[in-house]
Amino acid sequence: MKEPTVRVQKIRKDTVRIRLIIFGTLAILLLICSVFSEYLTPYDPYLQDLANIKAAPSAAHIFGTDRYGRDMLSRVIVGSRTSIYSTLLLVAIITVTGTMIGVFCGWHGKWIDVVLMRISDIFLAFPGLVFALAVAGILEGGLQNAIIALAAISWPKYARIARSQTLAQKETPYLKAVRLSGCSTMKIIIKHILPNIIGPILVTSMLDIGTMMMELAGLSFLGLGAKPPTAEWGSMMSDTRSLLTTVPWVTMAPGIAIFISVMIFNLLGDTIRDYADPKSRGR
Amino acid sequence: MEPILKVENLTKVFTRKGQPDFIAVNHISFEMNQGSCLGLIGESGSGKSTTVNMITRLLDPTEGKIILDGEDITNISGRKLRKVYARMQMVFQTPTDSFDPRCTLGDGIGESLRNNGWARKDTRDEVARLLEVCGLNADFASRYPHQVSGGQCQRAAIARALAIRPKLLICDEATSALDVTVQKEIIALLNELRWKSGSDLSILFICHDIALVQQFCNYVLVMYKGDVVERGEPDEVIRNPANAYTRRLIDSVL
Ligand SMILES: Nc1ncnc2c1ncn2[C@@H]1O[C@H](COP(=O)(O)OP(=O)(O)O)[C@@H](O)[C@H]1O
Ligand SMILES: [Mg+2]
Repeated sequence: MKEPTVRVQKIRKDTVRIRLIIFGTLAILLLICSVFSEYLTPYDPYLQDLANIKAAPSAAHIFGTDRYGRDMLSRVIVGSRTSIYSTLLLVAIITVTGTMIGVFCGWHGKWIDVVLMRISDIFLAFPGLVFALAVAGILEGGLQNAIIALAAISWPKYARIARSQTLAQKETPYLKAVRLSGCSTMKIIIKHILPNIIGPILVTSMLDIGTMMMELAGLSFLGLGAKPPTAEWGSMMSDTRSLLTTVPWVTMAPGIAIFISVMIFNLLGDTIRDYADPKSRGR
Repeated sequence: MEPILKVENLTKVFTRKGQPDFIAVNHISFEMNQGSCLGLIGESGSGKSTTVNMITRLLDPTEGKIILDGEDITNISGRKLRKVYARMQMVFQTPTDSFDPRCTLGDGIGESLRNNGWARKDTRDEVARLLEVCGLNADFASRYPHQVSGGQCQRAAIARALAIRPKLLICDEATSALDVTVQKEIIALLNELRWKSGSDLSILFICHDIALVQQFCNYVLVMYKGDVVERGEPDEVIRNPANAYTRRLIDSVL
């Protein structure tokens, strides 16, 4: 009776580890690709070659060329920098702000907690992307404003998690003991609360990378994010969508890039969640 | 001599939305002399923990006054309150949960010293000494709470409470979560520490075992539903309990 359970646990543990290695490596490759994008492009991504417009995929141009004769592969690689960088920046912003606000609310309580949580309710009540559209629209587009808009609608989720985790920590005997040892509030939060609550928050942000990449590309596609000629996957797709029926590769290339990156980050997020789950680690 | 702890009319009322107010502790008053050991007994839910949580100011009292060593600590906060914790420490019921799972026992024990300006190295030496005083090997300092048994963890918790050399030690059911033999060891340790300290250490000892209180304490308070229903010397209280609840409590044990 006991044996199989132990084995099942062990197999699960192993597969989680293997998945972690695979998706982790892929994600790191993506990051490397975006950091060194300038050196990885076979052609200058902004160089127009009018003799060679709308060329179908071939050995020389794997993803073909667009209507100005620019190499699509090079543009997709360069676009990875904007897309991946801005996504990571966005996720970092909402993780840090949301956590700070949540911990503060949970620790302080009283009226500040009530006010901030009501505000976060308001943000949570709107359908996310619609609200981001409105904010980005008011701020008049641009990559920076798209990030601000998405950050504005996304921090409450983190604030909620951080707040409830902080409240749970506050009730533990060890936190009472820590208070009795004469720690200042700052030290209690940084040394004792944050390390104990950061796990689930980081898992949430990993899972959010894929979503945020999509939403950022979505805003760009709608013309509220990165503006041409900046190579960004969402705006590249929107830019060329009129050519979808005649030269489909021009639209497909950035589409496939978004699809693959979102999938890698989602799978990595899932894996990290499984890995962080003590049950799957067989503790 | 000034009493180490004086509590006057201490009251805690819990208010919750949609429910009637709940009086967990109802106007209790008592005094503790320096070097004495006061027992506080009563069934679960009688308000013992609430009382000591108010005394340590982990919980704000609804009403009443707490005077520690001549200083009124009822309304102080922040840095002043942190200073007070050098004179008053507590040992909790669940040993393992009373240490941060991500810090070593040594970090936990030395924390109050570090917060009071001790150097890292001095703290490390003192932690090793304290562990040995409490019957543990000095290398327990590098273990994590989940790597030691409940009894060992409670010894470490006592070491932590004594690190800053408090005048008042509060033990909130410090032995209830342990099995009987380990319970005896912990009691023996507390007894030893008490005799070693002369009259420098006063102990407020919470439990629901009247026999334990009899051998350990000079004075006992019996709590029932937030009230102190009986007080006196343990032998006296056991011999002729005035209160019906106390009588039942004694009958159930002896
Ligand atoms: N934070 C709280 N909110 C509401 N009621 C509480 C709270 N803490 C304790 N109580 C209630 O106060 C009573 C006394 O609890 P406690 O002091 O923990 O009892 P004891 O330590 O004697 O077992 C219990 O009935 C408990 O339900
Ligand atoms: Mg209790």
